[in-house]
Amino acid sequence: MTTTTATSPVLEASGVTMRFGGLTAVRSVDLTVNSGEIVGLIGPNGAGKTTFFNCLTGLYIPTEGKVSYKGTVLPPKPHLVTNAGIARTFQNIRLFANMTVLENVLVGRHTRTKEGLWSALLRGPGFRKAETASRERAMELLEFIGLAHKADHLARNLPYGEQRKLEIARALASDPGLLLLDEPTAGMNPQETRATEELVFAIRDQGIAVLVIEHDMRFIFNLCDRVACLVQGEKLVEGTSDVVQGDERVVAAYLGTPFEGAPGDEEVAEVEAAETGTGAQSTTSKEGSAQ
Amino acid sequence: MTMTTTTQTTPTTPDTPRGLIPLPQSAARVLVALGAIGTIASAYMSWTWTSDFPGDLTYYGSPAGLQILALVAGVLTLLYALTRWNIRGLTWLNPAGATAPVFLAAASAFAVTWFSAIAIAVDLGGLANLDPGAYVAIVSSLVALLGALALPSPGDTFKAWISKPDNIPPAGRIPAWAERLVVTAATALGLIVFAYGVGVDPDASETFLGYLLLVVFGTWALITAGLTDRFSALNARHKGFATSMAFLAAALFPFVENNEHNANLGVNILVVATVALGLNIVVGLTGLLDLGYVAFLGVGAYAAALVSGSEFSRFSGVQFPFWAAMLTGMAASLVFGVLIGAPTLRLRGDYLAIVTLGFGEIFRISVNNLDGSSGPNLTNGPNGISMIPDLEIFGFNFGSTHDIGSVTIGRFANYLLLMLIITAIVVLVFTRAADSRIGRSWIAIREDETAATAMGINGFRVKLIAFALGASLAGLAGTVSAHVGYSVNPAPYQFAGSVPPNSAFLLAAVVLGGMGTVGGPILGATLLYLLPEKLSFLKEYQLFAFGLALVILMRFRPEGIIANRRRQLEFHEAEEPDIPDQSLPDTTVGATKAGA
Repeated sequence: MTTTTATSPVLEASGVTMRFGGLTAVRSVDLTVNSGEIVGLIGPNGAGKTTFFNCLTGLYIPTEGKVSYKGTVLPPKPHLVTNAGIARTFQNIRLFANMTVLENVLVGRHTRTKEGLWSALLRGPGFRKAETASRERAMELLEFIGLAHKADHLARNLPYGEQRKLEIARALASDPGLLLLDEPTAGMNPQETRATEELVFAIRDQGIAVLVIEHDMRFIFNLCDRVACLVQGEKLVEGTSDVVQGDERVVAAYLGTPFEGAPGDEEVAEVEAAETGTGAQSTTSKEGSAQ
Repeated sequence: MTMTTTTQTTPTTPDTPRGLIPLPQSAARVLVALGAIGTIASAYMSWTWTSDFPGDLTYYGSPAGLQILALVAGVLTLLYALTRWNIRGLTWLNPAGATAPVFLAAASAFAVTWFSAIAIAVDLGGLANLDPGAYVAIVSSLVALLGALALPSPGDTFKAWISKPDNIPPAGRIPAWAERLVVTAATALGLIVFAYGVGVDPDASETFLGYLLLVVFGTWALITAGLTDRFSALNARHKGFATSMAFLAAALFPFVENNEHNANLGVNILVVATVALGLNIVVGLTGLLDLGYVAFLGVGAYAAALVSGSEFSRFSGVQFPFWAAMLTGMAASLVFGVLIGAPTLRLRGDYLAIVTLGFGEIFRISVNNLDGSSGPNLTNGPNGISMIPDLEIFGFNFGSTHDIGSVTIGRFANYLLLMLIITAIVVLVFTRAADSRIGRSWIAIREDETAATAMGINGFRVKLIAFALGASLAGLAGTVSAHVGYSVNPAPYQFAGSVPPNSAFLLAAVVLGGMGTVGGPILGATLLYLLPEKLSFLKEYQLFAFGLALVILMRFRPEGIIANRRRQLEFHEAEEPDIPDQSLPDTTVGATKAGA
C-alpha cells in the first residue's frame, strides 16, 4: 500500500525550529508524511511534540524552517492551515462544550461552506441547500464515529472517550488531507484504545494521511507505518516501528541509562551534603545561642 | 401478617404525607377555598376610610388598585383550591395535582393583602385606618395560606413547597387550532397583565409593589404547576404563530393603554430592548464583553439628528426621508463599529472590555467637544441637537394624532408602532443570524477561540462581523430614538448612570434577561426600565437596588430569567444530571430527520 502512494508527500516540514526567548523547544526538525500513511511522533514529556504540532498548524509561527502541504507553503494562520487541508485535535480536549454534538461537527464544516451573514439573513434557496448538505455530511461523520444517536446532546455531557471521538469527527468535517492527532488515546482504557486504533485505520482508508502523537507505545507500533522520535526538541530517529523500537537511544530517552544516571547520583549526593550542611549550621547556631 | 407489623412499628407515618398543620386533607382544601372566597369578597369592601391612600380603596362594591390585585389573587387561589377536588375541566390548571401551586397561589393572595394592610397602616399612621374590608382580606388570606400549609406536604424541605414536582404528566394532544387558541389566549393574558403594570399611576408605588408581588407569586404558581413548560412547548410547536401573536399583542398595547405617557414608556422600552438585543449578538452569542455599546446608539441618533433638518443641526438644510436617515444611522454605526472593532478585537476577555469602555467614553467626550470652540462644530457640544422634526412616512405624520377606528392614536403611539416594526426586524436578524453558519462560528468563538480558529474560523473576521452587526442594529434603534425624544445630547450615552440608555444598563438587561435568547434582553430591558419608573420612592437608591437585584439574580439564577438551553445546562448540571436522557426520544427523531 505504501509503495503506491509514497510518491506524493502530503506534509513536508523542513528545518522547523521554534525558540521561545532563550529556550529552543524544537530544533530543525524535518518530517515528511506521505499520502495514505500513518506517521507516529513519540518522545518523552516536554520533548516538543505539541510545539511541533502547533508549528505545523499555524498556532505558532516557527522561528526558522518551512512547512508545506502538498507542495504549497502553509500560511502561518490556523484558520488558513485548516482551509488548506490540515485538521487537528488537541491534547486536552477542546470541544465547544455548550454546543450540541451535531453543532460541533457543523462548526468543523466552516471552511468547506461559504454562506455569510447576508445569505443567513435572507435565507435563500442556496442557504437552505448548503445547510442541509452540511447537516447531512455532519450526520454521516457522526455515524462514522458512532455518535449519531447522541447528535442532540451537549458535548460537555458526553463521556470522555466519546468526547475524543467527537473531536476527531469535528476535525474530519473540514475534509482534510492530513489529520493531526495529539494524544488521541490519553486517559482511555484498553478497549477504547483499540477502538481508536480501528478508527484511525478507517480514516487512513478514506485516503487521509494521519500524523499522531502518542505515549502508548503499543498503540503507536501497531498503528504507524513510520515513527519519529523527538527528544529535547530534536529528531533522534525516524523509521519503521521495528527500527525505532530497537534503537537504544530511544529507550534511553524514555527510561534513562545507567551512564546518564551517574550525574543524577552526584546531584543527589550534593543535595544531601547541602542539607546536612545547613542542618549542621543550624545546630551550630543553636549551640552558639545556647552558649 | 408482616404488613400489619410494619404499620404497627411505624404508626406515626400515615399513608399520605401530612401537611405542616395536622388537618385532614378535605378540611384543608375547604379552608383554602373559603379563604379565597373571603379574599374575593373583601375586594368589594372598603379597606380604608380616606382616599389619601393611592388607588382610593374606600368604595364598597367596586374594587380599585390593590383590591383588584387581591381579587385576582383570590380567584387564582380559588381555582387552584378547586383543583384539589379533581373537578373536570380544571385539572389542566394543575396537571400533577400538586400542592406547591396551591400554596403559591394562596401565598400570592396573602402577600398582596398583608402588604396592602401594612402599607395602609404605615402610610396613614396606624391600624385605625383599616376598614373592615381590610380585616376580612387579611384574615381570609391567612386562612387560605394556613389551609394550603395543611395540604399534603410535597417534601421535607421548604424548597419542595415552592418547586416544580417531578411527576407532571405529559400534556395530552389537542388539535392544532386549539393549541393556537391557547397561545392566543395566553398572549392576550400577557398583554393585559403587562398593560395593567404599565398603567399603574407612577405615584402609586404601593399598587405597583402589590402588582409585582402578585405577578411573581402567580407566575411561580404557574411554573410549579407545569403550565409554563407546556406553554413554551406550544410556542416551540407554533413558533411563527406565537411570535406574530406576541408582536400583535405589542401592537395592540397603545389601543389597550390609550395614554401618551404610557405610550412614551412603551417606545423607550422598545428602543432599549432593541439595542439590548443587538448587544446580545456581541455579548450573548460571540462572548465579547462590550462596555461601550451605548456609543453605537448615540452614533445612530446623532447621524439621524444631523440629517433630520433640525435648525440646530450642522447640516440644517439637509432633510433626509426616513428610510435614508435610517440607512445613514445604520451605516454610521457600522463604520464606527468597524473602526472601533478592528483595533480592539485582537484583544481577548478583560482587555477587550476595558478598551471598549474607553472607546465608549471617547465617543461621549468627543461629542461634547465638537461644538465649534474646542473642536470643529459638528454636534453642537453639550447642548446637543434639539427641535428634531417629526418623521413623515408616505404622508403619515408621526407628530400628529390619528384616528384608527374609534381610538385616537397619539404621537408616542405612532412611534411605538414604528419602533415595533424595527424590533421585529431586529428579532428576525438575531434569530436568523444565530441559527446559521455564522451564528455557529460566533458561539464556537465564545466557547473556545483557539479551537474555533483551529477549525478554520477566521476569528477576527467573524468577531468583527458580530461587532459591526450589533453596532448597526443599535444605530437603527438610535435613528428612531432621536426623533422620539425631539433632541439628542451627549449626556445619556455614558457607561453608567441612573437614566436608562447607558452601557451598564444595556449589559444588565442582557445578563438579567438571559444571554443568547431573544426574549431575555426584551424582558430584561422592560423590567429594568419599568421598575425605576414605577417605584419612584426608590429615588437615589435606584442604582443600589439595581445592583442588589443583579447580585440576587446571579446567586439564584445565573443564566438569567429566560434561560438559553445551553446556559441552563451549564449552570445547573449538578442539579439535573439526567437532562440528556430526557431529550433522548427527541434525539432519535432529530437524528433521523437530519440524516434523511
